[in-house]
Amino acid sequence: MQTEQWLYIGVFLVLAPLLPAAAILIPRLIAPRKPNKIKQDTYECGMETVGETWIQFRVQYYIFALVFLIFDVELVFLYPWAVAFDVLPMFAVLEGVLFVAILIAGLVYAWRKGALEWR
Amino acid sequence: MVPVEYYLGLSIVLFSLGALGVLIRRNAIIIFMSVELMLNSANLTFVAFANQYQLISGQIFVFFVMAVAAAEVAVGLALIVAIFQTKQSIDVDQINLLKG
Amino acid sequence: MNLSNASASLNAILPLVVVILWACALLLVDLFITKERKGLTALLAAIGMLASLIITLARLDLEAVVFNGMVTVDGFSNFLTVLFLGSGIVAVALSYDYLKRMGLEKGEYYVLLLFTVSGMMLMAVASDLIVVFLALELLSIPLYVLAGIATPRLDSEESSLKYFLLGSFSTGIVVYGIALVFGATGTTSLAGIVDAITAGSAGMGLLVAGAAMLLIGLGFKVALVPFHMWTPDVYQGAPSSVTAFMAIGAKAAGFAAILRIFIQAFPALSVDLTPVLWVLAALTMILGNVVAIAQRNIKRLLAYSSIANAGYILLALVPYGQSDVAADSVASALFYLLAYAFTSFTAWSVVIALEQVEGKGLELEDYAGLSRRYPILALTMTVAMLSFTGVPPTLGFLGKFYVFRTLLEGGFPGLAVIGVVTSLISAYYYLRVVVYMYMREGEPQAIRDPWLYIAATASAICLVVLGIFSQPLFAWASQAMLH
Repeated sequence: MQTEQWLYIGVFLVLAPLLPAAAILIPRLIAPRKPNKIKQDTYECGMETVGETWIQFRVQYYIFALVFLIFDVELVFLYPWAVAFDVLPMFAVLEGVLFVAILIAGLVYAWRKGALEWR
Repeated sequence: MVPVEYYLGLSIVLFSLGALGVLIRRNAIIIFMSVELMLNSANLTFVAFANQYQLISGQIFVFFVMAVAAAEVAVGLALIVAIFQTKQSIDVDQINLLKG
Repeated sequence: MNLSNASASLNAILPLVVVILWACALLLVDLFITKERKGLTALLAAIGMLASLIITLARLDLEAVVFNGMVTVDGFSNFLTVLFLGSGIVAVALSYDYLKRMGLEKGEYYVLLLFTVSGMMLMAVASDLIVVFLALELLSIPLYVLAGIATPRLDSEESSLKYFLLGSFSTGIVVYGIALVFGATGTTSLAGIVDAITAGSAGMGLLVAGAAMLLIGLGFKVALVPFHMWTPDVYQGAPSSVTAFMAIGAKAAGFAAILRIFIQAFPALSVDLTPVLWVLAALTMILGNVVAIAQRNIKRLLAYSSIANAGYILLALVPYGQSDVAADSVASALFYLLAYAFTSFTAWSVVIALEQVEGKGLELEDYAGLSRRYPILALTMTVAMLSFTGVPPTLGFLGKFYVFRTLLEGGFPGLAVIGVVTSLISAYYYLRVVVYMYMREGEPQAIRDPWLYIAATASAICLVVLGIFSQPLFAWASQAMLH
């Protein structure tokens, strides 16, 4: 039983790289090749690229990312809380509310400090 | 079911990779990623044992580790950004104002 | 867990709740305090900790196991809570003028200080490895930021990054250790671990590995050799007021965790762990004291001194497995921590008084001639140095005395000899500071800040007076047994 399960995984491991390999190799063999400047250009959502690719991002991006990161991951506690909401005792419900309140305090701090403004 | 020793073996490998990364690599971000690898190998161990004993508490611990790791990441990245702004480098070998 | 149960639990950790809520509130209140009036934030932070301290002192004999056994309030935790809150309040007194001088008046400083103190208090009551982990992070993460609060000054940032990278590395080790202990016993509660060991259901190999990793991870936090290499750099680079607090609070909290975990949960492993502790303690005392001799910078000197002191505290833990000595282990370790806290604060407040501009006035030469221009500061520093050395009748002497006595009771005379010899070595560099202050000529510069002088002289007086009347203090530490 168990070896059989592993066998499936083994078959997958062999088959999985074959498909993309075929998709890359077959066009390379049969497709006509006529490169020009537009085709060679970097693809950026159909827009013409502007400036260097390696640029330094503004610090504001990082601050946004950090604030996002915190609130994003803290959701890990809210998800089970929300799923089990109807069977939770009162204390657990209040605990969740307290948790959200603390998060809001953090958000207010970030907001007042101007971390959410784009400068 | 996969025996718990397999998970433990994998987690030991991950943990060693992470610890080696911290000790060998010189880029602050990569050191930092190695630390995350260590934390996640611990998470794997927790989940594996929680599954073996059929205990929910091991999985809850993983939540705590994840949440705290996120807080640590935020502080760490903020520090790295700050030091990069001052010094234009995050190579820990160049961070040598203080001689140990 | 129902509501009445929960309110009983919250009541048991009321001092902690007060500090945490106060910190959250202060974070928001501080937004509306203008930069010129950050003294108000400092005052509010001190008031919050004072309120919590009063609550703790009002019910010192409280004992309770709450939150489904995750939190234990007992004599041990009450003793440490008082120590943490006291050092938090002293840290505010040391910081206020220092921050103003260095142009670092940020309200976040005091908020982070409060969060760190709450992490330490949580560490004192933690009786589940999950809570230990949370407390460790709650105290460490604000400290990383505090170390770097002087940004954009590079040495502060560097010290912060170093502290952060090694701190999170040690956290990773601690978490993995907890995972292994969980794997060995199927529980993270300290009482549950003991039950699993007694019942024989624990996987001993995994358990020893987990305990060893916990020791390594926490060894980083309290700076045991060979896990100490971050200490001098971090202590030197961080703002002095932060270093003072870090040297006392973080170390005491780390030892709180080590004592609680090892004495409560792992006495059965003492056959394997005692030799390890023996070697760690000996290495820490020898290396800390010998390397300190070469230091000319007073912050680095005190950093190595703090490493050496970690070794002396660890001495108390070496015989922890013998059930008749374990109580003395706890008592002498706690007493030593208290003595160390008083001594360190005395020394650091003098260091802060002499640091006119960030990073200046920290060399030994800057202390030359201090006795002539600032006799009080010189006398205070002398008391601190004598206490560090372990000269009677200071608290430091009694701290060492009780630790060595515990060691002899446990039957480790060899280690006690190493302790005494390294203490003698330490006299060389501690007394050199005194020699500089009294025998050399110089033009030292110090500031005259009333709060700083009050903190310095008060703790110096405490060192001597409590050293003479230490009996009640030691009796209190002896009651702080772990069950």
